[in-house]
Amino acid sequence: MAMVTAAIWPALDYSRVPYRLYHDAEIYALEQERIFRGSAWSFLGLEAEIPEPGDCRASYVGETPIIFNRDETGTVKAFVNRCAHRGALVRRELSGNAAQHICIYHQWCYGLDGGLTAIPFRRGIRGKGGLDPSFEMSAHGLRPLRVGNINGALFGTLAEGAEPLEDYLGAPILIHLRRLFDRPVRVLGYNRQRIRGNWKLYAENTRDNYHASLLHEFLVTFGLDRSTQVGGVRMDPRHRHNITWAEADSDTDEFAHQAYSSARVRNDHLSLKEPALVTFRPEREDKLNIAITSVFPSAVFVQISNSLAVRQIRPRGVDEVEVFQTMIGYKDDPPEMTLHRLLQANLVGPAGLVSMEDGEAIEIAHRASKPDLDRTTVIELGGGGIISDRDYRVTDVPLRGFWSYYAELLGIEPEGAVR
Amino acid sequence: MKVDRAAVYDLLAEYGGLIDAAKYDEWLGLFAEECRYQIVPRENYDRGLPAALIFCDSRAVLEDRIRALREANKYNIHTDRHIIGLPRTLGAGNDELVVEAPFAVYQTDQEGETRLFAAGLYRDHLGPGEYGLKIRDKLILLDTFAVPSLLATPL
Repeated sequence: MAMVTAAIWPALDYSRVPYRLYHDAEIYALEQERIFRGSAWSFLGLEAEIPEPGDCRASYVGETPIIFNRDETGTVKAFVNRCAHRGALVRRELSGNAAQHICIYHQWCYGLDGGLTAIPFRRGIRGKGGLDPSFEMSAHGLRPLRVGNINGALFGTLAEGAEPLEDYLGAPILIHLRRLFDRPVRVLGYNRQRIRGNWKLYAENTRDNYHASLLHEFLVTFGLDRSTQVGGVRMDPRHRHNITWAEADSDTDEFAHQAYSSARVRNDHLSLKEPALVTFRPEREDKLNIAITSVFPSAVFVQISNSLAVRQIRPRGVDEVEVFQTMIGYKDDPPEMTLHRLLQANLVGPAGLVSMEDGEAIEIAHRASKPDLDRTTVIELGGGGIISDRDYRVTDVPLRGFWSYYAELLGIEPEGAVR
Repeated sequence: MKVDRAAVYDLLAEYGGLIDAAKYDEWLGLFAEECRYQIVPRENYDRGLPAALIFCDSRAVLEDRIRALREANKYNIHTDRHIIGLPRTLGAGNDELVVEAPFAVYQTDQEGETRLFAAGLYRDHLGPGEYGLKIRDKLILLDTFAVPSLLATPL
């Protein structure tokens, strides 16, 4: 049993987070149990990845390997990718099409509904060996997940008692997901990054509006995004998720220059030889050119200019995280729009012109915090106290929302804490 | 075009050596005026998916990359070491050679710790230049597509 209790929090508004939470193996195990295998909904993948019956894809819920597939009736099903017999991976390939899932070890067979359909030598050979007739096939299927679907974005949970996905996400997040998935999507490809840091440092990073134009100097230097633009953070009522947003062309060069200069932050403006790298082509009536939607615990839906992506934060032990990103466009994109998205894919991912720095920032935070577990981070941009939406960008309030819900799920929420 | 093995070797040796010495402007000089440079994760290439990690479909984008690396991007402080394997010729046209070469890149941090950063395959379309061959199209198929930490300096 882990030692962590509500007493770990030095402040009831989560403005101080002990380094221990990023480094303690027992806490990590508790997260896997109470968050990922608990009542949270995890993003699994996209319906567009399994268009035909029998199509399947491997994914993760936390560290638990799962598969999702489309069954004969066209329904999406998801299961833990683990044979009931010996606990081996049933499907080893990342994607494929098949009428059944067969474990290679002893060839136990499962249908696309996850049910156990066949066991070799079930009755033995010449009446000898095999399983006892009382063995119940129906009790040994692949462990199912509940699946939720928001316009083709698939979520799953292992908790039977989890609240409905729509309630879990809340209105603001639903609106943004339905905005991103307002047309059928096309997968343009994947990218992956292994960062030597705890997964929560990445979950915090995507909620941290303050760092964007400071860490990622490309944003300001090449005129893609500035903190002086109209923007802010918007959360669900429980503050577990967050949308970081900004509107294109909503500030003036002069105002931006003044703001950055008075903060003594470099803001010289350089121009690109290929301006299309940062040219935003509006696709909707709203003016949003930045919309980063973080869904607790481990999903991020990203629009940066015209590059669109969904990210899964995959914990890989207490000291490592994989960021798995699926680049998307729309099925009805004309070829030149697809080319524009492929060009702007240069902005994101492990080599992204406005994202590569996150890998380094997380690693140096993980490294330097490790030796001194009782000291804490400071989360006070935009003030402490209540957690609420902000219509400005120099803030990290949504990090406190993340920790508040984290504390609740882990069962370490202090009495009188903000939510 | 005649297959000039020595010229291909020279180009590949210069290519790796210039990156490892962080001489990116000279490295850019190895590319033709009209050129492409892409780093594609093998999992995308194998599935016929077009997304790249770095997608420079013109010299302008490649130059922007290097400018951003110098002027804006922050990344792990390290040195690169390219180990480029024997090239094989895939084809020779009128004024073009197509060659393939395996590579590995090791990164060493400030405290002297070296790790394998990337393994993969170069597939290059080369044309004649004033002093030796120039790169017209470089496709880097990245086997190590679970990128360790981040990818900043060119492969």
